[in-house]
Amino acid sequence: MSQEKLQSHTVQTTGHAWDGDLQEYNNPIPDWWLYAFYISVLAAVAYWFTYPAWPIGNGFTTGFDQITYVNDKGVTKTTHWNTRALLMHETNEAVAAQKPYFDKVAAMPFEQIAKNPELNSFVLSAGKQLFSDNCAACHQQGGGGKMDFAPNLTDDDWLYGGHYANIQQTITDGRHGYMPPFAEVLTDAQMTQLADYVLSLSHNAVNPESAKAGDVLFHSETAACYYCHGVDAKGRQAHGSANLTDSIWLWADVPDAKTIPLKEAAVKNVIRTGLNKGVMPSWKDRLSAEQIKLLTVYVHELGGGK
Amino acid sequence: MNVGIEEPRALYQKRIPIVTRSVKGRFRNFKWGVMVLAYAVFFGLPWLPWTRHGVVSQAVMFDLAERRFFIFDLVMYPQNIFWLALLLFIAAVLLFFATSLIGRAFCGYFCFQTLWTDIFIWIEKLVQGERPARIRLQRQPWNGEKILKLGVTHGLWLLISFWTGMTFVLYYGYAPDLLVRFFTGHAVYAAYVTVFSLTLTTYAAAGLMREQICAYICPYGRFQSVMYDPETLAVAYDAKRGDGSMGRAAPRAELKIHEIRQQKGYGDCIDCGFCVQVCPAGIDIRDGLQYRCISCGLCIDACNTIMDSVGYPRGLIRYDSEANLALPEPAKPHIHWKRIKVVGYFVALSVMTGALIYSIATRTNFEHDVQQIRQPLYVVLSNGDIRNRYQIHLTNKSGADMEYRISTQGLPPGALAMDESQTVKVRSGNSVLVQASIILTPQQVGKYPRFDFVITPISEPDGRVVEQVNFYSRTNEQ
Repeated sequence: MSQEKLQSHTVQTTGHAWDGDLQEYNNPIPDWWLYAFYISVLAAVAYWFTYPAWPIGNGFTTGFDQITYVNDKGVTKTTHWNTRALLMHETNEAVAAQKPYFDKVAAMPFEQIAKNPELNSFVLSAGKQLFSDNCAACHQQGGGGKMDFAPNLTDDDWLYGGHYANIQQTITDGRHGYMPPFAEVLTDAQMTQLADYVLSLSHNAVNPESAKAGDVLFHSETAACYYCHGVDAKGRQAHGSANLTDSIWLWADVPDAKTIPLKEAAVKNVIRTGLNKGVMPSWKDRLSAEQIKLLTVYVHELGGGK
Repeated sequence: MNVGIEEPRALYQKRIPIVTRSVKGRFRNFKWGVMVLAYAVFFGLPWLPWTRHGVVSQAVMFDLAERRFFIFDLVMYPQNIFWLALLLFIAAVLLFFATSLIGRAFCGYFCFQTLWTDIFIWIEKLVQGERPARIRLQRQPWNGEKILKLGVTHGLWLLISFWTGMTFVLYYGYAPDLLVRFFTGHAVYAAYVTVFSLTLTTYAAAGLMREQICAYICPYGRFQSVMYDPETLAVAYDAKRGDGSMGRAAPRAELKIHEIRQQKGYGDCIDCGFCVQVCPAGIDIRDGLQYRCISCGLCIDACNTIMDSVGYPRGLIRYDSEANLALPEPAKPHIHWKRIKVVGYFVALSVMTGALIYSIATRTNFEHDVQQIRQPLYVVLSNGDIRNRYQIHLTNKSGADMEYRISTQGLPPGALAMDESQTVKVRSGNSVLVQASIILTPQQVGKYPRFDFVITPISEPDGRVVEQVNFYSRTNEQ
């Protein structure tokens, strides 16, 4: 082919010609792109030396960058850079940033924390977080509790007492509520009478005759309810027996039962089977004393004081 | 040959360096004035002390860590973000307004790209001399003199760029303290990154790229062009007067005399090229209005200087409108404001400025927020009463510590049971969360589905706010 058919007069080509006139344009990538590429290659090398990079046998090159952190056992550790250590390091920093507030909470008596608006604001926000992480699984977000499962912390009825010291002890050591089953001791009719008596205490319109019989049974040695629930049926906070005279129910869903027979059935069910499920774990091994104190103030503000 | 192959065109035109000649005149003086003022404000403001209760004594400071901006006696919080939005609206409309009246005035006199380019060119002239000397220096081979002069120029540029970046950062902290920390290596990482990148961009934009920023990068310059009307005043060359019927001619021999020149049909332009040499955008204004023109007015100064020296009337290049120049007998140039667009911009500008001033003047000294706690929505107490709980967020924006009284209205007495005392003390610039409980008997519940919280700053009872909230219970849920 003659040179005239080639296109290289106007556009730069790679200089090769195949099949006579088949040529390839020479359009190099822009300089800025090329140099940026070289710089990124150099940056990659810098990364190899800084961070873990190349696998070697069972291990890998660790890089020269190091992170120092204090683990949960209080031991200071220094390792090569890795995201887990980085998380630990940043957690240490966050804990250090919160420490002044926690120290203040630890140093102050309960009542004064609640009266100090700024410290109390910290209690409300940090407490909400701690509560969500540790307590909300049973007591629900916000502390509303769940019928037949976990007590409502926002009302004024406290099985083990709602003062600061009671709440602190509950969180620290946990609780275990127990009521024996009465299926083998009482007849069905007796249980209905007892249920009617208990319902009458919170002003439910039950059969007065039956309730009166239940009253006798309650204070008799046969059922012996008064041993735990007290002669006045108001419960004993020392061992967590429920106050049966108020409108708050935990194990028998009386508020949602629409008719008297349904309410009776709910109460009778508790009498028949007893309770061995009111278990709250101890938190002293999982939470620090300051965290428990902060949670105590937080829970107290949900509805404590009684 | 070459069928189907387009003529290859380079997409990138290599920059032709622009070496400007200095000029004296009214517009140059105005530009110096603007520059001195702008630099005095920008570089000086972080160092201006201000007496303020409790916090830093710096007149203007943007405190990002504490989330508040101090601007003299005004303290802005994130809640005031809409002031910034309004300010940006106002700035935009002001730009439109000014552009439709007098063209790209912002570009030519106030834009920081123009200001910094101006100072960089001034340094260039100071070190390397006037335009011919600079061109000579450019062309000569590398030797000691060239290295020294260019080195000093670029060194000074970098120094100014660095101080520009540094000053920007000083607005975000207490300047004397931050400066010391910066140089002792104790400032935050962000400060170093900001100073470094601003140094680099200032040096590149004002020293190396200059008019290319306006021509290729800046969107404002380009969209201002579409706001020009025939009545808009712009820097213009009076082609009729300048070119005449015979064109431009050098003032040689008898053509020096104005009357003879005009009789022969020659224009007033003597083709000296001074207007081109002074142009920082590198254009010839005699080619008419063009997108690269930033309307800085330096060619007007240049042409007037020449007209004075040859004894012709001034104003061959002047601020004038396209419409006026097209008339057979151009009238004296004046601002045409009687246009619907201009009046519209002015009205919008006035309304928004008024709204901003009103909003700032009537700002409250505290921020409040009342939220009902919805988990759980309501609580039945042991005696059957219903309790609702509320969280009240208070931010004290005033310069002094404040006490607030929280009370209710529209509720039976005794319903408000605060977890704390009814007065709350908040330190200046701080926020607190307060909880309030409302307890109603089952009989009362239906009667009070709604009530008000009243928050009263004790020292300023007139500044009280009323917030209506709901009371939930099983009865009004149905």
